[in-house]
Amino acid sequence: MSIKVVLPTALARHTDGQKAFTSDAKNLPGLIAEFGEKFPALAENVKDENGKLRKFINVYVNDEDIRFLGGDGLEFADGDEIMLIPSIAGGLL
Amino acid sequence: MSESSCTVYELKCPECKKGFGNVPLSACPDCLAPLEVQYDLDSVRGRFTKESVAAGPANIWRYKELLPIPEGHQPDLPVGFTPLVKADRLGKRIGATNLYVKNDAVCFPTLSFKDRVVAVALANAQHFGFDVVGCSSTGNLANSVAAQSTRLGLRACILVPSDLEPAKILNTQVYGAKLVRIEGNYDHVNRLCTLIADEYKWGFVNVNLRPYYAEGSKTVGYEIAEQLGWRLPDNIVCPMAGGSLIRKIKKAFAELVALGIVEDKPVKFFGAQATGCSPISHSVKNGWDDIEPQRPNTIARSLAIGNPADGPAASKMIQSTGGYAEDVSDVEIVSGIQELAETEGIFTETAGGVTTAVTAKLYADGRIGKDELTVSVITGNGLKTTDPLVGKFAEERAVKPRLAEFDAFLRESDASLITGVAEEEVELVGGTK
Repeated sequence: MSIKVVLPTALARHTDGQKAFTSDAKNLPGLIAEFGEKFPALAENVKDENGKLRKFINVYVNDEDIRFLGGDGLEFADGDEIMLIPSIAGGLL
Repeated sequence: MSESSCTVYELKCPECKKGFGNVPLSACPDCLAPLEVQYDLDSVRGRFTKESVAAGPANIWRYKELLPIPEGHQPDLPVGFTPLVKADRLGKRIGATNLYVKNDAVCFPTLSFKDRVVAVALANAQHFGFDVVGCSSTGNLANSVAAQSTRLGLRACILVPSDLEPAKILNTQVYGAKLVRIEGNYDHVNRLCTLIADEYKWGFVNVNLRPYYAEGSKTVGYEIAEQLGWRLPDNIVCPMAGGSLIRKIKKAFAELVALGIVEDKPVKFFGAQATGCSPISHSVKNGWDDIEPQRPNTIARSLAIGNPADGPAASKMIQSTGGYAEDVSDVEIVSGIQELAETEGIFTETAGGVTTAVTAKLYADGRIGKDELTVSVITGNGLKTTDPLVGKFAEERAVKPRLAEFDAFLRESDASLITGVAEEEVELVGGTK
């Protein structure tokens, strides 16, 4: 099984410029764990102090927000495209 | 692209506290938190006074010392400074004695509060050297970017959900902007715009120019305070789509207090949403500090953002002020539009129907006290969203151009209009009997 992971420029600076790569992660927690092995700088960038994906990042699976699909519990299917995009909300100052 | 030489404000990361100067950037490159404009208020002190404001033009540029405007920029569009209307007739109907309506349904140039944010965003787009600007929009922002980019000589590419109201589409195209309808809701459009801004290097007002754009909303707060005689209200009722406006009004009040322009006092903030898209009100009602995204299904399309970017921050802010958030059905929204029009002569779009209906509900439920000084913020004009009102009014027969015919018609359709004239006299003048 293989999925395609897509990253914006802001995150690709931690993957040697790669904005897309394949993965065999089965779910989101698995994908984040894989980041730690393949791209330690990216893992550092996207995870918070509890090891969870930062709240400022939205995750889409085939154009749909992963939160509508079961979040961490969603099992990826072969050929899925997973996209990580930083949220563009205002800050908290 | 060049950095601004102005040192009064800069982009800051609210999480890691790093400063970034002035650049077209929405998120912190290190911790990905959304950036915000922060001012060095001490450097503004003495330059922003009641007198300096009063001497300024009758538009948002009277507050330019507290807006992120690049040095040397000469704004020429007289945006904002819309009426703050004492709404006694509406108040009488909903049990309020001290209610005001901030009427951005008449904001220049495109009849919504988005004209404010776009004016600030495009000043920066020009400064940063973007040739093409754009936005993701539920309609009002599209109208404003299209109009103002034309004025500044910038080309615009605007993306909207495909089911947008026809008037909002036409009001974008008429200015010559490229409009692209996207199959999906606003959240889909917004995500695509994030990718486009990344790829095409365009200036998206609500993506890579967002920190500047959002600051334009503060002018609603400055105007309310000034129009109340430099004092703060007890309550603000504000529509919420992405959740930014309500937070920026609070920021405006905080800056005025910090500069000693107004006296500090607790202001409660109340958010208004449509039940068919109410992630922020749902969050407030549950006491959460986060939001659960929803799939929008409401006639209030300008508020139909199921995953509001500033939703969590807005929810926390509302709760911290002791305010509340409420939502209303589509039927209540239409009633709210009619109620505001019939009582105050203000024709608002569906978002204003939401705000008016929610305001009434907050009074009815005792969340706002009858005599408290309350401002209900109306953000857009009803001419752009007439669809929900189609069929609401009887289409009456045409009357022949004769006084007798008119008199007969009035007697059969609304005799109560015939006042101040004795029945016999009407008959004599009309000559029908």
